[in-house]
Amino acid sequence: MATLIIADCENNQLAPTTGSVISAAQEIGGDIDLFVSGHDTNDIVSNAQSIAGVRKVWVAEGEEYAHPLAESLTPLVVNLAPQYTHILASASTFGKNLLPRIAAVLDMAVVSDVCKIIAPHVYERYCYAGNILATVKNHSAIQVLTIRTTAFSHAEKKAPSSASTESISSDSINEQSRFMGIETHQSDRPDLTIANTVIAGGRGLGSKENFSIIETLAHKLNAAIGASRAAVDAGYAPNDWQVGQTGKVVAPKLYIAIGISGAIQHTAGMKDSQVIVAINKDADAPIFQAADYGLVADLFKVLPQFIELLAAR
Amino acid sequence: MKIMTAIKRVPDYNLRVRPLPDQLQVDLRNVKMSINPFCEIAVEEAVRIKERGIASEVIAVSIGEDACKEQIRVALAIGADRGIFVKTNAEIQPLASAKILYALYRQEQPDLVILGKQSIDGDNNQTGQMLAGLAGLPQGTFASAVTFAEGAVTVTREVDVGLETIKLTLPAVITADLRLNTPRYLTLPNIMRARKKEMTTIALDSLNVDVTPKIELLGVASPTQRQPCTFVNDAVELVDKLTNEARVL
Ligand SMILES: Cc1cc2nc3c(=O)[nH]c(=O)nc-3n(C[C@H](O)[C@H](O)[C@H](O)COP(=O)(O)OP(=O)(O)OC[C@H]3O[C@@H](n4cnc5c(N)ncnc54)[C@H](O)[C@@H]3O)c2cc1C
Repeated sequence: MATLIIADCENNQLAPTTGSVISAAQEIGGDIDLFVSGHDTNDIVSNAQSIAGVRKVWVAEGEEYAHPLAESLTPLVVNLAPQYTHILASASTFGKNLLPRIAAVLDMAVVSDVCKIIAPHVYERYCYAGNILATVKNHSAIQVLTIRTTAFSHAEKKAPSSASTESISSDSINEQSRFMGIETHQSDRPDLTIANTVIAGGRGLGSKENFSIIETLAHKLNAAIGASRAAVDAGYAPNDWQVGQTGKVVAPKLYIAIGISGAIQHTAGMKDSQVIVAINKDADAPIFQAADYGLVADLFKVLPQFIELLAAR
Repeated sequence: MKIMTAIKRVPDYNLRVRPLPDQLQVDLRNVKMSINPFCEIAVEEAVRIKERGIASEVIAVSIGEDACKEQIRVALAIGADRGIFVKTNAEIQPLASAKILYALYRQEQPDLVILGKQSIDGDNNQTGQMLAGLAGLPQGTFASAVTFAEGAVTVTREVDVGLETIKLTLPAVITADLRLNTPRYLTLPNIMRARKKEMTTIALDSLNVDVTPKIELLGVASPTQRQPCTFVNDAVELVDKLTNEARVL
């Protein structure tokens, strides 16, 4: 068995969740190779080489790979595919965009959002907004999987650079798609998908200005910030903070949901957190069914006190 | 410009579905079915592109049992011009859907295909990308804005690091995210008008596509339940519990 991991190299660096995909590959067993891409891949490659357990790093370098366009990357991976029994990527927007395209060209199925490896062809995954945990067996010759990274340990073990590298390129030129720009929200908060603590705000915050109290609290706890869809739709928070069925999936040690009602589409993205706290003024809000600790209160009254208590510790 | 959209019939998004007692299948008996919310957004976008004078025809495709015609009627009531119903009782997985849509793509030759980014039953998020791969078309997935200029389409994508903008040549495949638009309410006159619009039924066999499922469902379960919530009275008690009981502060 051999697994090819298509590493998420957005922002010209190995995504912090790469370790989780490697953990999943280790559970499958066999050799593990990494595929990385970028404009200037020196840092990415040396990082990739130093991860324990990686046999080989395939490198696609060039201006056309500065941003991970599916049209550019697909032919490269399709060429490598026959050497592998498994092709994995994180279930991030990167992996979800790319892997189904590759799989279709190879005439293989994809298992999305794998959260447990039961056997090399058998997996667990959530569907129906997290209401159903399904066990599936994939009969495709090449197993193409996106990995729910919160379900696997992301602690990479470092090893002296031992993995070999090989460059790859393609004769086909992508004239179909072009990267035009990216709008990212600069933040000094930890990455939402790997943070130990997440403070999430919902429509209950009432305005973008009010949402800053979530940021203050997050700062105090060195936490990442999350948001409900309603909060993003209303413009209180940027889209990449959305947690849920259609946003990011998080599973921190501590998740505090503030002014969030707890719709299934939201809890689908956070219910595997270790400890969940809900602060909501409505005692009947469904979020309390997902929570370990609940405080029925006006968030504008309790949060200042909460922040003060944390500061006094 | 001609636009093809694809729509799926799924359990209503407000429902919590459960496993059947045998834990082999999901219990969909007596469950209210609706158009998948992302597909509804896809159709709405196609119709808006037509209303802006950029497209001349919008086709709505659905695959499945007879009841799927209800969802095609919804698409026609939103403003699609005609429907194509691919009739089958077989289980259709994402790769099979993509192959069927590719067969229709070759027949209809649309300039743009818009799908929802995922269906809220399987939560797979695959079909659009697979169709693009099979047809060798560029893909604009998770779209929150779509604009046209000089034979190209510019797509703003909701990605994990923010909002990405890419430009695609036409024909292209786009998958709709939630913030692309808010679908209109259906008015009675439009529902009536939709009844008179053309809907063609195609037998799946006539398309010559291999739809054999590659993924076998071995079992389904409800996720593990948490202990009931412990309610605290104030911030002081909350900090105490989190520090001394849960030990997460
Ligand atoms: C296809 C689909 C996909 C979706 N995907 C997602 C997703 O990925 N993520 C997601 O989050 N949602 C998603 N949704 C939306 C979801 O169904 C809910 O609409 C959304 O999560 C509601 O957000 P909210 O809890 O912030 O808002 P609301 O439901 O409006 O809740 C606001 C809460 O704030 C409380 N509140 C108000 N004022 C105060 C106060 N002063 N103090 C304390 N509490 C207060 C209220 O009691 C209420 O419970 C999706 C919906 C659909 C149809």
